[in-house]
This record gives sequence, C-alpha cells and structure tokens, in this order.
Amino acid sequence: MLIYWANDEYRITLFGHTFFSFFPDWFYNALHIPHRLSEGMAFHFLFMWFFTLNGIFYVLYTILSGEWRELLPQKKSFKEAWLVLLHDLHIRKMAPPQNKYNAAQRIAYTAIIVMGIGSVITGLAIYKPVQFYYLTWLCGGYHFARILHFALTIGYVLFFVIHVVQVMLAGWNNFCSVISGFEVVNEVPKPIIDITPPPPSDEKNIQ
Amino acid sequence: MKKIFSKKQKAPKKPLTIEQKISRRNFLSFGTFIVAGSVAYGGWKWLYNSPEEARTVTAGARAPLRRALNKTELAFRRVFSNNNLVKTYPKEMAAKNVRHNSDIGSEGKIDIDAWKLQVKKHSGEVLQISLDDIKALPKTDIVYDFKCVEGWDQISHWGGVKFIDFINHYKLDAETQLQYVGLATPDEEYYVGIDMPSAMHPQTLLAYEVNEGPLPPKHGAPLRLIIPVKYGIKNLKRIGTISFSDNRPPDYWAEQGYDYYSGL
Repeated sequence: MLIYWANDEYRITLFGHTFFSFFPDWFYNALHIPHRLSEGMAFHFLFMWFFTLNGIFYVLYTILSGEWRELLPQKKSFKEAWLVLLHDLHIRKMAPPQNKYNAAQRIAYTAIIVMGIGSVITGLAIYKPVQFYYLTWLCGGYHFARILHFALTIGYVLFFVIHVVQVMLAGWNNFCSVISGFEVVNEVPKPIIDITPPPPSDEKNIQ
Repeated sequence: MKKIFSKKQKAPKKPLTIEQKISRRNFLSFGTFIVAGSVAYGGWKWLYNSPEEARTVTAGARAPLRRALNKTELAFRRVFSNNNLVKTYPKEMAAKNVRHNSDIGSEGKIDIDAWKLQVKKHSGEVLQISLDDIKALPKTDIVYDFKCVEGWDQISHWGGVKFIDFINHYKLDAETQLQYVGLATPDEEYYVGIDMPSAMHPQTLLAYEVNEGPLPPKHGAPLRLIIPVKYGIKNLKRIGTISFSDNRPPDYWAEQGYDYYSGL
C-alpha cells in the first residue's frame, strides 16, 4: 500500500475489491484541490509549525494549571467510557458520575495529545527520513510512517466530526460553558422536610 | 464639577454581586472568543488571498508561504549532516523495472560520443569532460529508496562516480567553497540548484549506470545526478553543465511553487 495522492493509489482493498479509494473525485471537486500538490505542501510546512507549537503550549498549560488532573484518564475511566458511550447512544439511562469531564472525554482528550505527538514524530520521519533516520526506524520504516501519519489525520477528522456533533447535542448552555468556563444553574433548593412554607428571604438562590 | 470620581473621595470598592461577576466573566470570555476567532479567520483569509511571490529564482507560491518554506529550510539545514547516510539495500531488492516519470530536458536521443560534460569553473574556465573520462574515475554503486515528491518511492540501483570524488579529481575545491551547485540539461529545459552540503554528501553520484547497465535515454543517458538526500525532482537527468555559485541557481520545480531545498 502506498500513499500517492497525485494518483490516488491509497485505497482499501479486500479480496480484490476496492471498497474505498483515498480520495474519490467528489472529494477533490468539493474542496477544489486537484493538482495542487506544491500549494498543499507549502501550506503543510507552515502549519506544521503552528500545530506543533500550539500543542506544546496547550500541554504546558494543562500541566502548569493543574488541569491535567481533569483530563488524564483514571483507572476506572476505561470501564466507565463504555457506560458513557451506551448512555450517549440512548441505550443506557444513567451515565456514571463525573467531574468536569466524563470518562470518554478523558480518554478522547488525552488520546488526541498522544495522536498529536504521533503526527509530529511520523511527520518528521517522512519529511526528513535521512536526517531523522532513527524516527523513521521507530515508526517502522518510511512506508509504515506514511500510513500512520495518514491514519492519524483521518483520526482527527473523526474526532472533529464527533466533537462538533456532541457539542451541538449538548446544547447552547454547554457551548457557552466551553467558552466562559462555567455554567449558571438556577436551582430552588427543596426543603428536606416539608413542615411549613419556607420563611421569606431577601437572598436570591443562585448557585 | 463634582469630585465624586476623584480617587480621594472614592468609597471602598463594593464587592461585585454574583450577577455582575457572571456578566463580567461572560463579557471577557466571549469577547476573547470572538476576537481570537476573528483573528484566526482573518489570518486564514489573508494567507489564502495573499499575492503570489515576485518571480525570482523561485516562483508560483504565495509570498508568505514561500517565506515560510525558506525559513523552514534554514531550520532543517541545521540538522543536516554528512554522517547521516541514506539507508541502502542489497541489490537483489532493486526494482528491475525502474520507474520513469518525466522527460523534460531529456526527450529524444542523444549522441553519447559527441556529448561532453561542461564544468564551469569560477575563473571562467570551462572543463569539457567525456563520458570515458568520468568512467575512468573510481566507480561507486548505491541501492537505495528513491523518493518522489509526489509520494511514490522505489528501491533502485545506480552506479557512477561520487560527486565528491569527481570534485577532488578535477581539483574543484575552490568551487566547493561556494554555496550552491547548478546543473542543467544540454538544452537547458530542466535545471536544478543544490546546496553545497547536499551535493558533497558522500552518497551523491554522477550516475552512468542503472541496474549495472548503461543508462537508457529515459533514465538520463549518458550521465545523471543521483542525490539520495533529495527528492526525485532534484535528480537531474542528462547533465549538460555543472556550475557553481553563491546565489541559488535556477531550479525548474522551485519556479512552480515547490520548496527549493526539497531535502530528505
């Protein structure tokens, strides 16, 4: 298998039948990108810096701020992630209790960092296979490094699609909390024992 | 005017109510979000619509992207080392049917007996070197994975004289003090520029054999460049002239938007 996007030789073929070729014509036509290899490479070699630096700053931030505690999967996360998935698919009624992020989110948000590191390493292994020969070796050779790099990119697309769908499903308030860092919930506390009507109070119940 | 706003008479700051805190934080975070989002979107639009670079030795790329390519070249040149060798393979692994992609500058037949390699020295002197002269120099074989910028690669077997041996034999040491080597086909339809460290890499060959037989016309007879530390676009076929310069020599694909360095 080989990634040759000038000629679409990268495809999924089983028993002589091609199920999918990367990429079909409609893909190029929709994005207006046929025969623009040099242009694509020029963008690629600028944005690689941007994405790598962005990743480094993000990881540093999560470490320095302590946010990593909310993001790293815990022992129970791998078990719980299935329950979260079943809940999201409306197969299970209850989701496991969570902190800021649920078990599936913890795994996803940590996996994306590992994937990012993987993209940098496989990318360098392809980009400079002579100077970084040890990275190419580490990635299982030039061909396998290319396949990994490509698979990771498809992974980002899936992550992106699922992520956006989840944000839409979670609703506007959740989206606001993504930006502001908090969500306002107005709750009127219920008395534990209903003896008399609660005394009138000046305070507003905002929590 | 009342002095109510002056610092002196200002009452101690009232703590913000919860509503004020909420709206304050929302204002800050949404403001930041909108500004950052607009900057990102505007930056992308600026980059996408940026003008094409002025035509120099390179052309065909957006001006900021060309600047990025050139800066990236400088960064990655720092990790280039002649000690980093291209992986080689046993010759049994070499492709029998060697892939052929392009004939620009090497179309049709060439009279090999009449052919002479012209080496333009810095002094203005031009050496005329025949194929037999080159074949008389020590021969080096290499079996390595030839890589094309389009994505394909193929293990192939080439034979010829090491560029560094050629330089030493013809006493071109003064020329190698310059920063670039330029190569062109006899008709000057195809031409490449190579930075001196890559040209002097111990695996760079002036090749006259493929699979232990003479180069056929489609692979660049009588003499071609095999430079494993570069993509295929730099491996010029049918060399007519070799020159040396401190400025980047013209480069066919760098004029079409590709990276000038194209190193591996």
